[in-house]
Amino acid sequence: MTTIESNPAVPVPVDPENRRQSGPRRRPMRRHIPTALWIVGILALTAVVLYPLLWMVSASLKPNSEFGSNQGFFPENPTFDNFVKVMQGIAGIPTWKFFLNSLILGVGAVIGTVISSSMAAYAFSRINFRGSKILFAAMIGTLLLPFHVLIIPQYIIFRNLGLIDTFWPLLAGKFLATEAFFVFLMVQFIRNLPRELDEAARIDGCGHGRIFLSITLPLIKPALITSSIFAFIWSWNDFLGPLLYLNSPDKYPLPLALRIFNDQTSTSDYGATIAISVLALLPVMLFFIIFQRFLVDGVATQGLKG
Amino acid sequence: MTTDSAHAPTTHRTAASGTRPADLRRTGTPRRRRPRRDSVAGYVFLSPWLLGFVGLTLGPMLASLYLAFTDYNLFTAPEWTGLDNLTRMANDDRFWGSVKITLIYVLVGTPIKLAAALAVAMLLNYKARGTAFFRSAFYAPSLIGASVSIAIVWRAMFSTDGPVDGTLSLFGITMGGWIGNPSLIMPMMILLAVWQFGAPMVIFLAGLKGVPAELYEAASVDGAKAWRKFISVTIPMLSPVIFFNLLLEMINAFQIFASAYIIGSGTGGPGGATNFYTVYLYTRAFTNNQMGYASAMAWVLLLAVGVLAFILFRTSKNWVHYAGDSK
Repeated sequence: MTTIESNPAVPVPVDPENRRQSGPRRRPMRRHIPTALWIVGILALTAVVLYPLLWMVSASLKPNSEFGSNQGFFPENPTFDNFVKVMQGIAGIPTWKFFLNSLILGVGAVIGTVISSSMAAYAFSRINFRGSKILFAAMIGTLLLPFHVLIIPQYIIFRNLGLIDTFWPLLAGKFLATEAFFVFLMVQFIRNLPRELDEAARIDGCGHGRIFLSITLPLIKPALITSSIFAFIWSWNDFLGPLLYLNSPDKYPLPLALRIFNDQTSTSDYGATIAISVLALLPVMLFFIIFQRFLVDGVATQGLKG
Repeated sequence: MTTDSAHAPTTHRTAASGTRPADLRRTGTPRRRRPRRDSVAGYVFLSPWLLGFVGLTLGPMLASLYLAFTDYNLFTAPEWTGLDNLTRMANDDRFWGSVKITLIYVLVGTPIKLAAALAVAMLLNYKARGTAFFRSAFYAPSLIGASVSIAIVWRAMFSTDGPVDGTLSLFGITMGGWIGNPSLIMPMMILLAVWQFGAPMVIFLAGLKGVPAELYEAASVDGAKAWRKFISVTIPMLSPVIFFNLLLEMINAFQIFASAYIIGSGTGGPGGATNFYTVYLYTRAFTNNQMGYASAMAWVLLLAVGVLAFILFRTSKNWVHYAGDSK
């Protein structure tokens, strides 16, 4: 959808004689930019972009006495005290509990997203059924729908079901494929698979269930991996959902715990607040470093939001 | 994106290679082309999505449209009040304040972010080597930028003793902390958005790779300088990608919540400078229990996004060129 295919048939307004003189296929603009300058520029940019992340790691290692006094980048007396302190928790809840809650929500989001989105994607791309076109258009439409239009009625629904202060409101949408991005990503992937495999399986007597499980799912593994990572990271970072539905601190995932740290201790215990922020980002950054190609390619080809 | 190919009936291929004309379906033959079991299977596979669509998207949309015309506090039944919420909105200074800062954020922040994304994408596109690393490094902020952790870090970095003021003071510039100063919150929020230029950059980069080198050669032959090539080749060839990024990023920008909520400690402060539309909507709904008023706000947001998308689509005919189109 987002990539422009290079089209050899694009009319080039140049006469054949000039064309022959134009020499090797290099973009002429490149010659004027010396490589060294390019490298310096790109490295400087990298430093600026990554600076906030490096700064937060460095700040988390500063003892509280250095905040305000030591304006430098590096801590004079690096210490892990902030991390030790922050692992003790807040509001009587140990910090590992917040991690556990985030983990449960993240894993639940992955399982729900993979199952429900792949089923919907298979239906949209491989089954011909009445109303499929209009439903597909509706699905694409929800890509552009602001989430805030839905939060009040959704809250009322889950409240009437007695599910406030449980994880269910946060997971239900995942098991019902409400995030259309994942369905769309998988639809695009399935469309590129050869149909002949399906046909062969059908001749061998397989129904849709069998084709989906034995042929489609194994072949769309890269799309499933990309979706899983995004589903996990989005769930891990989600703030509004838990803010709406969770009241008891012992059910809080990390973003809500961070908010307590930020509101209660940011003035008195700056280092601890930064330290828990580092810890909360660590799993996301690890995922990113390991799976960066899946993520960035997913964005490049599908226009997935970040 | 064409949906036709994907929804061609499974019997389509065999029909095409057989004796029947391939396009029977479209010419309206009375022959039934959809086996019944396919419709059943289709809805079985679609059932989770369909339940979610009806129960968590379509239903709630209609419910909030109804609630927009009521007074509802969650504890007593909604009371129909007609256009009351809208007239209250028209006289609500905090509402207009939130509209103003959100529009500035969307209409100023998004173009800056996309300009940065395009500039870096072109920089990366100059060299073929090593771009994978930089592409990933620049993308990382997009993945975490909306998180609470980054909002906390941003707050710290722009505070009075923070590194941003520290760096600026080296150049003799004194800001005196950005967090407490209402007029500096917006630049700070826009910087946070621009910092996440990676996602649109990755999409631009994919688009740039698709621009045929011949077009640049041709432009050179015609004597075009770098700027001219950028205006006459790069921009038109990238226009579908620019359109896509603009639409998506603007809609996302309208929905900024966590960063504004954390940086303003949930109060919208200082001086309403972090009272973005969604923050105000949340406050009205879940702090003040004014579900009717907040629902009306939600629908105004939906209409605003709809109008914006409509304008973009309408004007796109004039500036978005698809490869292979005749002018």
